[in-house]
Amino acid sequence: MTRPLSAPLDVGFDYTRSTGPTLGRFLSDLRRRKVTGIRGSDGRVHVPPLEYDPVTAERLSEFVDVAATGVVRGWSWIPEPLEGQPLDRPFAWALIQLDGSDTSLLHAVDAGTPDQMATGTRVRVRWRDERVGAITDIECFELSDGPAADPVEADDVTMVTTPVNLHYTHSASPTEDPFLRGLMDGRLIAQRCPACSKVYFPPRPACPTDGVPTTEQIELSDRGTITTFCVVNVPFLGQRIPPPYVSAYVLLDGADIPFLHLLLGVAPEDVRMGMRVEAVWKPREEWGPTMRNIDHFKPSGEPDASFDSYSQHL
Amino acid sequence: MRDVAVVGFAQTPCVRETDGTTNGVEMLVPIFHEVLGSLGLTKSDIGFWCSGSSDYLAGRAFSFVSAVDAIGAFPPIMESHVEMDAAWALYEAWVKLLCGEIDTALVYGFGKSSAGHLRRVMAMQLDPYVVTPLWPDSIGLAGIQARVGIEAGFWDERAMASVAARSRAAALSNPLAQLSGNVSVDELLASDYVADPLRRHDCAPITDGAATIVLAAGDRARELCERPAWITGFEHRVDSPSFGARDLLTSPSTVAAGKAAGADGVEVAELHAPFSHQEILLRQALGLGDITVNPSGGVLAGNPMFAAGLARIGEAARRVHDGSASKVLGHATSGPLLQQNLVCVMEGRE
Repeated sequence: MTRPLSAPLDVGFDYTRSTGPTLGRFLSDLRRRKVTGIRGSDGRVHVPPLEYDPVTAERLSEFVDVAATGVVRGWSWIPEPLEGQPLDRPFAWALIQLDGSDTSLLHAVDAGTPDQMATGTRVRVRWRDERVGAITDIECFELSDGPAADPVEADDVTMVTTPVNLHYTHSASPTEDPFLRGLMDGRLIAQRCPACSKVYFPPRPACPTDGVPTTEQIELSDRGTITTFCVVNVPFLGQRIPPPYVSAYVLLDGADIPFLHLLLGVAPEDVRMGMRVEAVWKPREEWGPTMRNIDHFKPSGEPDASFDSYSQHL
Repeated sequence: MRDVAVVGFAQTPCVRETDGTTNGVEMLVPIFHEVLGSLGLTKSDIGFWCSGSSDYLAGRAFSFVSAVDAIGAFPPIMESHVEMDAAWALYEAWVKLLCGEIDTALVYGFGKSSAGHLRRVMAMQLDPYVVTPLWPDSIGLAGIQARVGIEAGFWDERAMASVAARSRAAALSNPLAQLSGNVSVDELLASDYVADPLRRHDCAPITDGAATIVLAAGDRARELCERPAWITGFEHRVDSPSFGARDLLTSPSTVAAGKAAGADGVEVAELHAPFSHQEILLRQALGLGDITVNPSGGVLAGNPMFAAGLARIGEAARRVHDGSASKVLGHATSGPLLQQNLVCVMEGRE
């Protein structure tokens, strides 16, 4: 058997978070080329600052200025940096104890080669030119026993934005695969559950009623019945057509599960449960492995289906 | 208090990449059939279902809802989910059984790590303000911990390679393992670093897989299983997420969970140690001495994310089921650098 269809799936999202008073102070100070810690219940200075003590859970509030220079307490070497990491050339991840701090901060050290790195090595912050109030305002650390750059003035920040970009290979299931390949040829391929005989369109990896994989393929026509519908009046990002329009559940003839699609060619006030519809396909040259090959459904002109014919499929 | 036991366990083969979807259905259907079939149960006999998985691993929202298709959830079932290793789902099910409202529970975990880039996906579990924006990869972070231990004299690269070699040799008896074989420590030490001081053998492989356990209470457990693995201690503890403030050479959460669960006197332990040096650290934290650890090969031989911790408990329970041990320990970990740890102690009774 050939492998099921798969495709790249890139998931990207900017997480926007409020900073609160503790991390807000830390991140605002990074913008000023300053590093700020906080004193814990046991007197230890934590960098980055913690909102609550890790042992006593007491709320912490005594900020302490620490230096932008410090000592490597542990490290690993990354010969091939990954997307998003501070440096795009080989570097060390290091836990760095800044002068005046009792805990260690994780960051990258631009050491060039691993033989330049050692626990106990002195490092200092290399500040980014454009600072926004984020941990990445520290571009990285560099090997040096000299002082770091002087602080500057900058406004406080109260929000931090973290872009997240993850990359996947999304695979269709063995039952979705013939469905998707069928669509490329303008065919509608469903699957029947061997236990309950229900016909699923689109197919699912297993019958959700019986928990067994569906095995029998069935080809359906592109006509069906509206089981229920809604009139979309609200505009939203990415909307393909101006509201109002009708989103309808279409039960293809021979299928047991309706699916959501677009209904055009009829005024929203004239749409009814039981209305008979047919698919309007896009031009063949635009077909791919997607239900978007069907541009929309339109009324077929047949008499309405009786309620009994779809009452078990709502 | 009711007695609750692990009565059934099944897992998929651990493989580098499967063709299936990220919602796990293709991996789960066969192991549900296997575990229910082996106990003579059907889905309607299960009082509660609980799963562990991650949408970040799947790259899609609510992947665990799609996974429920594998159960055949009609008529409606009682079901829950944790966005953690399924060992924590087992804990939830155990508590529900103790409460007395059900007599059986089926717990499952699944993960298709091959779909994404696991080293980057794992950055999503870190502090979102001051750590994740740097995209620290899981291997780079573990490398720091390994070096701290080497420089403190807690272990060395040879001791780490010995853990890997022993795991792969043990996995020769585990047909579901991904990595197995007789390899010499010198051979392993001759390979390049992935993230100095870690070599490939020090890191659990990228694995697609799933696992499931059936729990039962009291007489129901005795009916279903000749030698149930009675849970005599089940505890989990958590350390600070601020790993720069932690002593990375111990695991207070493991020590505390092990003490509370009664780890003394166990004969076999399955430890969830995704990096070779972490097995050495965990063995110490649990006071296991020289007893057999990871006879299955452990996660260095196959590491299905969100199922591997549950599988450790299942593998340990199996030693009670087959009569080869009378007191065993299964361990699971979660979070960066052994931040959160769970210990399940099980005993056979004559």
